Amino acid sequence: MNKQSSDIELLKLNIFNPDQLKIHSLETFGTHDGPGIRMVVFVQGCQFKCLYCQNPDSIDVKGGTFIKIEELVQKAVRQKNYFGAAGGVTVSGGEPLLQRNKLIHFFKLLHEQGINTCLDTNGRLNNHEAQELFDHTDILLLDVKHINDDIHRKLTGLTNKNTLEVAAYRESTGKTMWLRYVLVPEWTDQPEYLEEWANYFSNYKTVERVEIIPFHQLGAHKWEGLNRPYLLKDALPPTTESKAAAFKIFSKYFKNVVLK
Amino acid sequence: MNASIEKTVFTFGRWKTSLNVQDFVIKNSTSYLGDASFLTGPSVKTTKLWDICKETLLKERANNGCLAIDVETISSINAFKPGYINKENEVIVGLQTDQLLKRAMKPFGGIKLVESAVKERGLQVSDRVIDIFKYAKNHNEKVFDAYDKEIREYRSKHILTGLPDNYARGRIIGDFRRVALYGVNQLIEFKKEDYNKVSGSMTEHKVRLREEISSQISALKDMLQMAEAYGFDISLPAENAREAVQWVYFAYLAAVKEQDGAAMSLGNVSSFLDIYIERDLAEGLITESEAQELVDQFVMKLRMVRHLRPGAYDEIFGGDPTWVTECIGGMFNNGKTKVTKTSFRFLQTLYNLGASPEPNLTVLWSEKLPEGFKKFCAQVSIDTSSIQYENDDLMRTERGSDDYGIACCVSHQEIGKSIQHFGARANLPKALLIALNGGKEERGGALIMNDIPKITDEVLDYNVVSNVFKRTLKELARVYAKSMYIIHYMHDKYYYERAQMALIDSDPHIDIAYGAAGISIIADSLSAIKYAKVRPIRNEKGLTVDFKIEGDYPKFGNDDDRVDEIAKEITSFFIKELRKHETYKNATPTLSLLTITSNVMYGTNTGATPDGRKDGESFAPGANPMHGRDCSGAIASLNSVAKLEYKDAQDGISNTFSMIPQSLGDTRQEQVSNLVGVLSGYFKQMAHHLNVNVLNRETLQDAYEHPEKHPQLTIRVSGYAVNFTRLSRAHQLEVIARTFHEAM
Repeated sequence: MNKQSSDIELLKLNIFNPDQLKIHSLETFGTHDGPGIRMVVFVQGCQFKCLYCQNPDSIDVKGGTFIKIEELVQKAVRQKNYFGAAGGVTVSGGEPLLQRNKLIHFFKLLHEQGINTCLDTNGRLNNHEAQELFDHTDILLLDVKHINDDIHRKLTGLTNKNTLEVAAYRESTGKTMWLRYVLVPEWTDQPEYLEEWANYFSNYKTVERVEIIPFHQLGAHKWEGLNRPYLLKDALPPTTESKAAAFKIFSKYFKNVVLK
Repeated sequence: MNASIEKTVFTFGRWKTSLNVQDFVIKNSTSYLGDASFLTGPSVKTTKLWDICKETLLKERANNGCLAIDVETISSINAFKPGYINKENEVIVGLQTDQLLKRAMKPFGGIKLVESAVKERGLQVSDRVIDIFKYAKNHNEKVFDAYDKEIREYRSKHILTGLPDNYARGRIIGDFRRVALYGVNQLIEFKKEDYNKVSGSMTEHKVRLREEISSQISALKDMLQMAEAYGFDISLPAENAREAVQWVYFAYLAAVKEQDGAAMSLGNVSSFLDIYIERDLAEGLITESEAQELVDQFVMKLRMVRHLRPGAYDEIFGGDPTWVTECIGGMFNNGKTKVTKTSFRFLQTLYNLGASPEPNLTVLWSEKLPEGFKKFCAQVSIDTSSIQYENDDLMRTERGSDDYGIACCVSHQEIGKSIQHFGARANLPKALLIALNGGKEERGGALIMNDIPKITDEVLDYNVVSNVFKRTLKELARVYAKSMYIIHYMHDKYYYERAQMALIDSDPHIDIAYGAAGISIIADSLSAIKYAKVRPIRNEKGLTVDFKIEGDYPKFGNDDDRVDEIAKEITSFFIKELRKHETYKNATPTLSLLTITSNVMYGTNTGATPDGRKDGESFAPGANPMHGRDCSGAIASLNSVAKLEYKDAQDGISNTFSMIPQSLGDTRQEQVSNLVGVLSGYFKQMAHHLNVNVLNRETLQDAYEHPEKHPQLTIRVSGYAVNFTRLSRAHQLEVIARTFHEAM
């Protein structure tokens, strides 16, 4: 697909079928993406091409299925009793920002029902619409994949500039944010960059929690049948020592670091 | 009232002038709102004793699950001389027989069954006992004297199954607290007053009542003698914590010496005992460690309760359960919580002595329970998979009492005020297949029900099938009610529970607890007929032996009203039919959706069903969705079961739920608070019961292959817990095949 036609696809995703979200899948008992028990909506489509992606089948903007936003709200309401004070709905992906317009609507409806909202994003966009969506997000789960822009580009295909801008915007609004970091041996476990990453955000007052997510191979089978090669096919998960080292570095800068 | 109660410092109330344990508990118990940090580990004595028990348990397993049988003695309250585990380390004493884990014969339930159980172990019942039963009558034999052809047919074709006609009915919970609070002498006085009130011209009811009260008084006198043999005088109230625990245990021990009912439950003694423990602690008479020691040793005794069972019994009640069900927590109607430090101490036994299926610890869940207690329960579930949860807010509202226990798995019983007559269960899918076969049984073609119209459609029609099915349910209810009448009439006559009934108000309220198995198969089958195309495959005799399903259909367990409503409707229809029939002693009909472990046996005996279930395939346990069909996540599965109405199934709606630990969250703290979230969410929707298993399927597989590595692995099955390695191979495989909610 050339760039122009791919941009059109992305635009369509945000604007067409305004009452429907294009999703990859739904999880009714999510406990790993945001606090408490959550309904997690995995949307379809992503611009990042992360080498270690665990949901590569959610990257293609043309895949997925449409589901009415109203139906999703109803499903969330059916689960509200389980959410308690902390839980709610998380939109993950894929990349939710590609459907920011629809998600603003979705989050507004959830708030009308008193349901907490989380957005799990790579921070690819920081335009007016994206910012409006962030303002309707109770907790922003921001994945900052690497602090060094060159490595970030190699890892994801794109710059980290936008992501850092999103972080700065979130900080300016004073609303809660969790930072997430995928620990991939040889790619993201360099001590000097871990220091730099943590130091960069150390003065942020909105960062309530930092999560280290060790790379794993559980999503490897999803690469089969896709047109792209899985370059990390032979990569191993980080060792216990490497996880402990990352945890130690982050803990110097943040009070609440969780190693998942 | 006698002097020794006066010596204590308990708050005065109605309990002093009349028999009212609930009043005593509510006025004197100390609610505990804190966390688990005060708890202590096992004492030296406890550890020594438990080591002996563990060793003896290993011997029991090595001996095919039965250590020894006394084939000479007919068990009764005083049939055996005192038995000890290791006297010097026992702070609470008393065994069913004179030796740990030795089983006793209770032939009044059925001499033939005792004979076969003994024979299966390569032994022989003594000639003396055989001779006695040439003259003495027994429950099992007399039930069959009164059965008609129809009941026998329903029984042998597995339409009505597991009926308490060849084992004792159990389920009756004595108010064991009464012995500690009042002492036996006072209880005899109360019973004598009751006896004297039965006056005027005689009716059958009055004569029977007098006979019952007299036999209750004789049981109370026997309890005195039993305690005396152990060196205790229980004629007067308990004066301290150790006595309170000991008195309560003696009362329970009397029951399990005389009766081997399927479920011999304990009630709700923990918060009662806490009153004595807290007072002794406050007066400096005992330490926390000694308080825990009392509870640990009491619980250890309860773990060692055994009954003699024939092999066939294992099919319906797998894993040698005793259902020493003890309720923990809950609220009083006045808003005070029943959670005390002793609620925590009972749960702590699962750490101090390791995981265990017995006693069947049942947490009465209320939204208003203290947060510290909710968290501790969740933590214990994650660590041991040994506890079950039942909805206190629901039961208090619907049943009206705040002083109740659970008999067996899920059956509500107001303690000391009401009892239940156990009714096992009816096989609903079998009734559906009879409807599809013009009244004939699907396996052999025997005509079971008359005047059932024959369905000859090539593609089954929902309205037609639904109407004919309701006609077979109507017939089923009629025969079921008849058999229950006979069973309980005979049980009262030949194997009356005098020890438990001595601790219950004379002439109590009675529930007759009917049951139904296979509700999720019914819902899915009717849904398939309604939303897909179901073609019956008939054999040369015209019997439907299989089904061809074209297209998909909504399945129970996915929070889809289209099918969930069918499950509700059939449950409601069946109990309404059961209510139309006369009951023994005017008992009130209730219904349970529970299978115990009989879901495997039901499956074996039931042909293919229209939902695509194959001939012989296991049913789902209780009210669970069928394995693997609840594929919309854990919450959708719970929501479907939560829709079943308690008012239609007041004997309980059992749901068994298995999760892998990681699915509950990343950190232990998160796992605990998310499990609290699951329980809160489920019970807020007025769901009734949840068994919680938190384990990996791999652990079960490993225990299947290497049982010796997992001697205490405990799992919840259907309303109770079992030691996994004591289940039959077939039951083990069925548990492994269940839906594990493991999305990450």
